[in-house]
Amino acid sequence: MAAPIILRLKGVKKKFGDFTALHGIDLEIEEGEFFTIVGPSGSGKSTIIRLLVGMDDLTEGEISLRGNRIDQVPANLRPTCMVFQSLALFPHRSVGENIEFPLKIRGVAPAQRKERAIELLDLLRLPREFYGKRIQQCSGGEKQRVALARALAFDPEILFFDEPLSALDYRLRKTLEKELKDLHERTGKTFVYITHSLEEAMVMSDRIAIMRAGRFEQIATADEIYARPVSRFVAEFMGEVNLFDVHGTPNGGLVGKGIELHVNGVARDYGLDLGPEARFTMMVRPESLRFLPAGETADIILQGVLTAQYALGSRIQYNVETASGVQITVEKLREDAFGGGIGDAVVLGFDIDSTHLIGGE
Amino acid sequence: MMERLDRRQGLLAALPITALLAVSFLAPLLLVALFSIMPQKVFSVLNMPDFSSFGVIVSQGYYRSLFWSLSMAFAATVILLVVCWPLAYGMAKVFGRFSLVLTIAVVMTLFVSENIRLFGWVLTLMKGGLIEGYMRSYLGAGPDGMLYNVPIIVFGLVYVYFPFMLFPLAQGISMVPDDARQAATDLGATRWQVFREIDLPLAAPGILVGSLLSFVLAAGAMAESKLLGGQVVIVLADDVETAFTFGQNWPLGSALAMVLIILVGTVAVVGLSRVDLDTIMGRKR
Repeated sequence: MAAPIILRLKGVKKKFGDFTALHGIDLEIEEGEFFTIVGPSGSGKSTIIRLLVGMDDLTEGEISLRGNRIDQVPANLRPTCMVFQSLALFPHRSVGENIEFPLKIRGVAPAQRKERAIELLDLLRLPREFYGKRIQQCSGGEKQRVALARALAFDPEILFFDEPLSALDYRLRKTLEKELKDLHERTGKTFVYITHSLEEAMVMSDRIAIMRAGRFEQIATADEIYARPVSRFVAEFMGEVNLFDVHGTPNGGLVGKGIELHVNGVARDYGLDLGPEARFTMMVRPESLRFLPAGETADIILQGVLTAQYALGSRIQYNVETASGVQITVEKLREDAFGGGIGDAVVLGFDIDSTHLIGGE
Repeated sequence: MMERLDRRQGLLAALPITALLAVSFLAPLLLVALFSIMPQKVFSVLNMPDFSSFGVIVSQGYYRSLFWSLSMAFAATVILLVVCWPLAYGMAKVFGRFSLVLTIAVVMTLFVSENIRLFGWVLTLMKGGLIEGYMRSYLGAGPDGMLYNVPIIVFGLVYVYFPFMLFPLAQGISMVPDDARQAATDLGATRWQVFREIDLPLAAPGILVGSLLSFVLAAGAMAESKLLGGQVVIVLADDVETAFTFGQNWPLGSALAMVLIILVGTVAVVGLSRVDLDTIMGRKR
């Protein structure tokens, strides 16, 4: 029951002089989807959005909206619209005039424009008195909502977002992330969002594309990316994660390289060929590790010394160094906090089921 | 406490220059104002004031030169706006480092006296001058001299006051944020709509300052009408000069000057009250 494709990129390439920002990208975005493109700065995510809204011309490839090519259509004639990182509100216009701008451009009568602007203020839960307010009088979060209202007044086929929350403080960002997701559900529009924060992407998105150096590394749902990253890059992009270099054994098991990690008689089907020559990266999330009291056991056991611990709000993070010098990160909820102190010898354990194998590298 | 002391010291430190400015700027102005209400042809301000000079201005048709001064200044300002906009836009947004070269080139012209530059145009445009000479030599026919008419005076004003429009305009346009223009385009605005809805209002302080400078300077100009126009029309500044020198009538000259000062001053005050000078000086929002 896949929704119809609204936006399709085929072999989209962008070069700036000798530098290739996008290496022939393919992408399909479904109608009504909240799709987020995540990547570090310089990965090409901003380039994509500039191509999509028509602020730049692509070097090669096609962009089509509901089957119609739009890559040669001038920016002001494309039925899409963007919320800028800077918000790009018009400083010389009131809140109401900002929201009405796209309607004014289309020649909508003033009375209807105002009616629509008031509707949008309501939709974004801004008080109606804001209609006559100056932009400079609005707070960061209010400006954000005005920019959204202005974009929605355009009634775009797709709404693009270029990191609009990156300049806000943490709490406001968290609130607005949820509001945005809620707005997506209420409007039913297709949202395409750009951010450098995978955490932000996970809160809001139906699907996420992870970008690296002008290519997509992985396109999947948040759950899929969290549980089964396809590469070390994706795994590390999400934050703290333990990665072990392992290789296959002749009897079909796995052995950690240089550390006391033995996974003989693996009971789990990773869907990968665990031949003796094959090399993998085994991923274990910090919360999957546990401190083993004497007598308890686990599929895989590591011994080491606690070297540091940090309070992360609801969780506590521990750094453990094994005898062979491997650094391991463990995270526990406060109620499961480890009782010991720095310098204590500890035994860590985790289960085969909580591991994920990344092929290749 | 500290702050108050600072403020007092600042005032004290500013006193000498304030006094100097008062004496050098305000005193002559005050003298002209006083002379303008003296009886005809006196050379002292210690006479019984009357307003006979202003009567003479009306009865002897000096309003004609006032009309020429103001209307030619207005025409020159409008032409300057149209001519300078694309160039100023280029300097602010497109040319990058080349705009520095352009700035230097334009400023260099100010190093040469205005009269000498205008004489250059006289030699170029006059009967038997550069243009006519070349045209007769190559085409066999040429214009019978292009000087001594009103349009050429306006051309001279446009030429001389070009930098005074260009630089404030470029400054004004540079204050238009690029993302606002992009957002307007993204929201469906055509180039013309972006110009009208975004560029013009956001560059308004620059437009206003450039227009005021050009208009005020052009309204008081006389070299253009003398050299290029050959006094085909008389401008107000001419009358002022004549009254002070040939006419030996200081009160009349002062009264004419006062009329121009009051008119132009009103335009300037009304104009400047509508723009926040701080934004122009870069102390923005």
